[in-house]
Amino acid sequence: MEKDFEPNILVFACNWCSYAGMDLAGTSRLQYPHNLKVIRVMCSGRINPVHILEAFANGADGVLVTGCHPGDCHYISGNYKTRRRIMLLERLLEQFGVEKERLRLEWVSASEGERFANIAKEFVEQIRKLGPNRIAEKLRKEVAVV
Amino acid sequence: MVEGEEIRIGVYVCHCGVNIAAVVDVKKVAEELSKVPNVVVAKDYQFMCSQPGQNIIVEDIKEHKLNRVVVAACSPRMHEPTFQRAVERGGLNPYLFEMANIREHCSWVHEKEKSAATEKAIKIVKAAVAKARLLKPLKVEKVKVIPRALVIGGGIAGIRASLDIANAGFEVHLVETRPSIGGNMARLDKTFPTLDCSQCILTPLMVEASRHPNITLHTYTDVVSIDGSVGNFKVKLLKKPRYVNEAKCTGCGVCVTKCPWTVPSEFDLGLGKRKAIYFEFPQAVPLIPVIDPEHCMYFQKGTCRACEKFCPPKAINFDQKPEEIELEVGAIILATGYGLYDVAKNMPEYGYRKYKDVITGLELERLVSATGPTKGHILRPSDGKEPKKVAIILCVGSRDEKHLRFCCRFGCVAGLKHAYYIVSHIPDAEVYICYRDIRTFGKGYEEFYERIRSYENVKFIRGSPMEILQDADGSLYFDVFDANTNRVVTLRPDLIVLETGIVPHPTFKEVAKVLKCSVGPDGFALELHPKLRPTETSVDGVFLAGAVQGPKDIPDTVAQAGAAASSAIALMSRGYVETIPYVSSINEDLCSGCGICQPLCAFDAISLVKKEDGKQVAKVDISKCKGCGVCVAACPSGAAQQLGFDDEQISAMVRTLTG
Amino acid sequence: MSKPKLAIIPGANCAGCDYSLLDLGEKIIDVLIATEIAYWPTAADLKLEDLEKLPDGSIDIVLFEGAVNNDETEEMAKLARKKAKNLIAFGACACFGGIPGLANVASRDSILQKAYIKSLSTVNQQGIVPYKITKVDGGELTVPELLETVKSLDQVVKVDYYLPGCPPPLKLTADALVAALSGKLPPKGTVFGSMKSVCDDCKRIRENKRITEIKRYHQIVPDAEKCLLEQGIVCMGPATRGGCDAICPTVNIPCRGCMGPTSESRDQGARMLSALSSVIGLEGEAGVSDEDVRKLVLQIKDPLGTFYRYTLPKSIMRRVWGVRE
Repeated sequence: MEKDFEPNILVFACNWCSYAGMDLAGTSRLQYPHNLKVIRVMCSGRINPVHILEAFANGADGVLVTGCHPGDCHYISGNYKTRRRIMLLERLLEQFGVEKERLRLEWVSASEGERFANIAKEFVEQIRKLGPNRIAEKLRKEVAVV
Repeated sequence: MVEGEEIRIGVYVCHCGVNIAAVVDVKKVAEELSKVPNVVVAKDYQFMCSQPGQNIIVEDIKEHKLNRVVVAACSPRMHEPTFQRAVERGGLNPYLFEMANIREHCSWVHEKEKSAATEKAIKIVKAAVAKARLLKPLKVEKVKVIPRALVIGGGIAGIRASLDIANAGFEVHLVETRPSIGGNMARLDKTFPTLDCSQCILTPLMVEASRHPNITLHTYTDVVSIDGSVGNFKVKLLKKPRYVNEAKCTGCGVCVTKCPWTVPSEFDLGLGKRKAIYFEFPQAVPLIPVIDPEHCMYFQKGTCRACEKFCPPKAINFDQKPEEIELEVGAIILATGYGLYDVAKNMPEYGYRKYKDVITGLELERLVSATGPTKGHILRPSDGKEPKKVAIILCVGSRDEKHLRFCCRFGCVAGLKHAYYIVSHIPDAEVYICYRDIRTFGKGYEEFYERIRSYENVKFIRGSPMEILQDADGSLYFDVFDANTNRVVTLRPDLIVLETGIVPHPTFKEVAKVLKCSVGPDGFALELHPKLRPTETSVDGVFLAGAVQGPKDIPDTVAQAGAAASSAIALMSRGYVETIPYVSSINEDLCSGCGICQPLCAFDAISLVKKEDGKQVAKVDISKCKGCGVCVAACPSGAAQQLGFDDEQISAMVRTLTG
Repeated sequence: MSKPKLAIIPGANCAGCDYSLLDLGEKIIDVLIATEIAYWPTAADLKLEDLEKLPDGSIDIVLFEGAVNNDETEEMAKLARKKAKNLIAFGACACFGGIPGLANVASRDSILQKAYIKSLSTVNQQGIVPYKITKVDGGELTVPELLETVKSLDQVVKVDYYLPGCPPPLKLTADALVAALSGKLPPKGTVFGSMKSVCDDCKRIRENKRITEIKRYHQIVPDAEKCLLEQGIVCMGPATRGGCDAICPTVNIPCRGCMGPTSESRDQGARMLSALSSVIGLEGEAGVSDEDVRKLVLQIKDPLGTFYRYTLPKSIMRRVWGVRE
């Protein structure tokens, strides 16, 4: 494990369940690592794999996609699309040489503040073990050649 | 905002008392943000949500000619609307506002890491600024709601909902596929646990519904199509011909007595007979008979016309044609109710329809009813004798993974009530109730269970019959393993009553298709949220009442009907619906009509339309779009964008947060 | 008045783009009459020196074919830029890296190993791979050295126009040449092609994009009238820029994506991945377990090769970042 490595983790959260769950972690003052930063979307189904690739290419060490539990989607079925996209994207990432463990899909309901805090801790640990994602650095070098 | 105008952003960092400021160095955040391109002013303030806090924004918009505002404070789920209103007061479109959550997502969860929290807060606010740069003004439109409701299904749920809406002063059209309203409840003799006479409590409501000036009844009518969306549904109904002029008919019934042809009665579930011209049941509302052309001699063979000859007001009209009715309504209530599980077909081991003396609970209701085929005497169908030994079998088809997984929710209490019918009509009869569990959760139900349990001649066997068989002498018998005594018991009842599981009414499937509302795996209508929005559906403006949503007893049905009615009333009395600003928007210049998006929409908001040049494009009906963005993320060409969450805006945030 | 100068400069290409020019038929004579060929190794007897001697910026139109994959093609790209008034990335390889760009799934060393040592048909007992410089009697011989990562033309030099396709559709080539020769070129950065995807031109009937099963092309005889994707065949049409008249789907061949991403899309592969995974298994999606979803998406063999066949170097990730031997 590299010393002083602070993972940079991007979180996508749906407005209705997961973002609210994260809010609850806050109101409950549950402490979790500061490495996660959240982008709010209305539904996890809005998340395009393009944005996840962008995150990895730009220096994210991990990406956490969160949505309502199956059956609870505010928009009925958006999270099912997310699930399929993420599962196929995992395979693509592996082909690109990005460890699939850097991408994680979790269902977090509005009442699961504690669960989110635990996921956050776990995921940061997992990424710490994987070490930094060097792609952004290497890509920047490639671009620097031009 | 004018195209190409310089972006001028104001950033406001809230202390939230000490909630943020005790952890995050808010001054530093403001200072760092002031260095970000396009940020014209960056301030920190103790309580941004307070009136003075909001006023800072309003004044700065004017003073610094701001055209974007970012507030870094609590969760947008908390105060986004507050600040949007402030921004609007400052003269900007409220959607030129972005909120950065540095409380719930930062100060509160990183209390001990002050410097890391400050760094994180800076990033979060920078990401909000990155999005803010790309914000566009959004529009919320108000769509007028037609103050008229359609209720589909004339059972107790539909009647109650109609009356509630009508009493609130709105016009209601109540549609029923059968010739009379009343539904399944009209078939019941008594209702549990109070044992009131079902007709006695139902018929006054039926009559009230028919006389109410705000209610138009459309009996013997089907729903053909429903278009449009919340507030403005366009409905087509098809009124089937009764071959009786409703305006002239007095309901005297001479025609029925004169009709020479009899057929099994649907209302009596085939246990009794009706004529080819008939009233649905004696208390039918409206009290107008119907000619069933399939069994009418005149329609079949061209002769007879007895009813026409004897009708005093000359109301018979053999030339009546189906009539199409078009309506515009603002809200729709689905109250199509339930049907019985097809035990004859799916569970042959019970011998239903094979043996005459195996009947359903609902059939027993008809046998007990004073207006039923046996005039209220419990006589078994095979030989018309009074049964002395009756087996009542619960959970027939219900709670069975091979059949219906769910509990029918009233079978147990109905079974208890049926035991009561038997012992009260035939005091020397013995009743055996074969059950799996007795579920008597409703108000007064447990007490009712205790009462029946205390009857000496009602015995409880914990088990389900293996197979119902017939002996050489024609008597029925079955073995049942009683889990309470660990013994196999052989029963030879004179009559077997099946408390059958229930399914959505057969008409519901078509209605759901027409409405495009979501259906659950059990076939019942799917509510928008099982706890918080149990009467709403995936289609805005369409509400659920009664067993259409799932098995329900009468009290629950009526309660939900009231809830559905009040939802419809709330919608109509407000008079308008607001469109969601974050809708999907498809750029026709980029869309090739590939069709990926169309089946993804859970709200049926996307359609593929042919343009004049014959080419196909996808179109979004923004009154149906709920703004999830599923189609946007799936759009392979980028023609679809979600307003307020477009690709560029999300990308800008991704780059800021990961860079 | 002197005639406008035209140069066609090859990079890592297969010469398919050259052949596509021959499809201009007799009109090619008009092109030859209207222009002065400054450099076109395939057709004209001009040497590199001739090109180098021309003043910078003096060639009105330069069509650059092929990707940039070694130091020679890189040099040619830079030379092309230097001499061109209007530099057009001609063909999928110049625009996005194209088929040669698929080399980005492996490292340079592993490619050399495979090509010169490890392939079963190769006998190379001494294990010699090409060296950049080889000393021989009388001096040094040099061969171009592979770059670690294959690049599109615009990852090496600034490109004025893009003309994608493998090969570029004749109609678009003609449009570009006519525009260039008549001095009516569109704004710089323009991609010749449609604003919409291939589906816009595809005549197949699109009815219902609920795909239950992915089928590989050899597994079925596709219905000639219906959308190929709706028959379960992975057709890149929805995510691919149109302008090719959908010639492949027209003859029952699924679109492979050679026209690259659409005008509003940054990453053709991820877009198609999202679209396809959204519509596959849509029916009854609520009752499906994670395991079943995994199986469902496993039907798509080689997502990278399928979705980035022509655009890997120009994609967000640009290449595979682990070493794949």
